[in-house]
Amino acid sequence: MKKLINDPEAVVREELEGIEAAHGDRVRVSYDPYYIVRKDAPVQGKTAIISGGGSGHEPMHGGFVGVGMLDGACPGEVFTSPTPDQMSACTQAVSGGKGVLHIVKNYTGDVLNFEMAADLARGDGIEVEAVVIDDDVAVKDSLYTAGRRGVGATVLAEKICGAAAESGASLSQVAELCRKVNANARSMGMALTSCTVPAAGKPTFELGEDEMEIGIGIHGEPGRERRKLAPANEIVELLTKPIVKDLPFAQGDKVLAFVNGMGGTPLIELYVVYNALNKYLHGRGITIERNLIGPYITSLEMAGCSITLLKLDDETRRLWDAPVNTPGLRWGA
Amino acid sequence: MAITAEQTLAFVRDFSDSMADQKDYLTGLDSDIGDGDHGINMNRGMKAVMAKLDGAAPADISAIYKTVAMTLISTVGGASGPLYGTLFLQLGNATQGKAELSANDWAAALTTAVHGVEARGKAVPQDKTMIDALEPAIAALQTAVDEGADLETALARAETAAETGMKATIPLVARKGRASYLGERSAGHQDPGATSSWLLMKAAHRAFGNTAEQESAN
Repeated sequence: MKKLINDPEAVVREELEGIEAAHGDRVRVSYDPYYIVRKDAPVQGKTAIISGGGSGHEPMHGGFVGVGMLDGACPGEVFTSPTPDQMSACTQAVSGGKGVLHIVKNYTGDVLNFEMAADLARGDGIEVEAVVIDDDVAVKDSLYTAGRRGVGATVLAEKICGAAAESGASLSQVAELCRKVNANARSMGMALTSCTVPAAGKPTFELGEDEMEIGIGIHGEPGRERRKLAPANEIVELLTKPIVKDLPFAQGDKVLAFVNGMGGTPLIELYVVYNALNKYLHGRGITIERNLIGPYITSLEMAGCSITLLKLDDETRRLWDAPVNTPGLRWGA
Repeated sequence: MAITAEQTLAFVRDFSDSMADQKDYLTGLDSDIGDGDHGINMNRGMKAVMAKLDGAAPADISAIYKTVAMTLISTVGGASGPLYGTLFLQLGNATQGKAELSANDWAAALTTAVHGVEARGKAVPQDKTMIDALEPAIAALQTAVDEGADLETALARAETAAETGMKATIPLVARKGRASYLGERSAGHQDPGATSSWLLMKAAHRAFGNTAEQESAN
């Protein structure tokens, strides 16, 4: 597997140095421990929001640090949860006296490390609330699994909550909003290829030339089901049908449709997917009012896509439209 | 026959060597049903542990375990960091103030530590996790000690029980962690966390058992 890197062990560090060099006008980078915060952190009197996760999902989360989205982000090693000392230091760095929200994707590692970090932060006298995102419908949410994974809805929650915090909402209001976004969003992803963790040197799983993996997560792990490759229209139905059924989305609903590239799939294909999604939803009386199309929550160079639908209301629509200025997402500012 | 601070350091070093040797094997197991980083993460964590311990003044048993805990928590990441971190933190708490450990002390400390991991991760036996190796190990350890067996025997039985538990994860359908997203497809693969836990019990046997005693007597 060919990669554009130097020493595989130094990838995360070199990436952070690159981010600092490119976006030093908007963010500050800490190297011990690793975290990224908005340049004007801590913003006094504002509820702060941080998130974090393994590296390899860029631009999530570090690329979403800035005005109108995250105050801080903690990058772990590739596909590995960051550690409590990172979140603890980052929480301190962004705390403006109105508390800090931790947006946590539902993976065992993320949940455990953020739990320990929240304990540390509270011990430092900072009010912390955590909301766990678990929008993936591929996994049955039962007693017999680690629960549903946090995927595409994470990006939407970070934007919407970031806007609310920017406009002066309290910690409990922002946390409640985060729970609302999570409760109204559903996602499902698929892969055409696996991906290679730099330090491992080979793909996490093998997929045949005529195969695809349905129900993937974002860490190169195998999904629920392997099938023969199908055309995009069929793939969109395979992903969207369970999404629509699960919430459920109903005729008359207004949604934000997020077609996410896993990293290795070109925009030309994502637009083919969006076209199919638009027709599928239109045929069911569901209106797409907003969209996001592109690689926003990736899995290194994995080829594939995920679809997230968020049922919109006046509040979430307004907050989605609000200005944002981060390296990964920017409009109105 | 008692476990000393020196042997405790040897135990940690043996486990660290093990994580280095078995890095690719553990990563391979984790690729089958996870995201392919268990070996990489554990090796990174234990290397950092040894760098800390080798650079520091000699410490007592409890301090050694606590250093292992804090270092793993801040370097391993994922679920393994908090879980192994909790295991060693509890070992550190349970051995506070002890210059040496009897077989009974070791059994009690490890039992408390494993229960701590269960409280943090909320796994129960058959979930297909490290607990499936560690629960049988502590049961075997405690039984041996209750029967009056010597330390070597107790350690050997714990290692064997961990190995049996590890192999027994193969047919299980995972109910915890990343493997649980695979559903039925997780069956037929050995759990990487149970494997590193077996290697931990193996390291304890080598460091605290008869071979170690003989070597230090020579």
